Amino acid sequence: MIGAESHIITMAAEITLVLLTLAVFFTFIRLVIGPDPADRIVALDLVSILIVSYLAALSIYTGQKSFLDVAIAYALIAFLGTVALARFRERLAAQNRDENNREEE
Amino acid sequence: MIEILTAFLMLSGGIFCFIASVGILRLPDTIIRMHAATKAGALGGGLMFLSLAAFYMDLSTTLRAFAAIFFLLLTAPVAAHLIGRAAYCSRVNLSERTWIDELAETCQWCQRESTCELNENAPDFQTTQKSPK
Repeated sequence: MIGAESHIITMAAEITLVLLTLAVFFTFIRLVIGPDPADRIVALDLVSILIVSYLAALSIYTGQKSFLDVAIAYALIAFLGTVALARFRERLAAQNRDENNREEE
Repeated sequence: MIEILTAFLMLSGGIFCFIASVGILRLPDTIIRMHAATKAGALGGGLMFLSLAAFYMDLSTTLRAFAAIFFLLLTAPVAAHLIGRAAYCSRVNLSERTWIDELAETCQWCQRESTCELNENAPDFQTTQKSPK
């Protein structure tokens, strides 16, 4: 234990890291079974938020301040990824509908 | 004292993140799952950054932590809006207990092309909504 000199903080950080690991596991179950691609995008968005939280907890646990910069940069990239996936899903739906309309005509 | 505050903030952040993941696993449809993911997830992440600021207690780390919180609070609703729009456009199955669908009457989402057109002649949703089961 390098950074967290206090016993309370060490305990809390360990419990939090375990909780976050369980949370990522549950979200991955939804990512695998999610019936619609939109469900998977929601799960991926939550996974990125959870990883950002994990980095913040890890920064307290190890005492490395630079994990905070990693968390900020990861949040930025994850937001861009979520936006791109959501736009992709919407365009896919519009394409499918156009094809169906053409077949009906 | 500040250690107890840090531990409390970090634990509550972790618990909120855990609740968000349980919600995304257990709730019935996409739109409701999005509610758990964006609200509880953003709150958990924000609490975690607050505990980081309380732990280091110096100016640059606190400023960066608050910038990260601001960024989370700025991007979570935008991402949720986009995912919700995509989900509604692709006609995901709503939960069978849904009894208000305001967009179904007033907005012809993606009926033709890929744009949203407001239907001016649509009846007011208040008069057309079904009664709760």
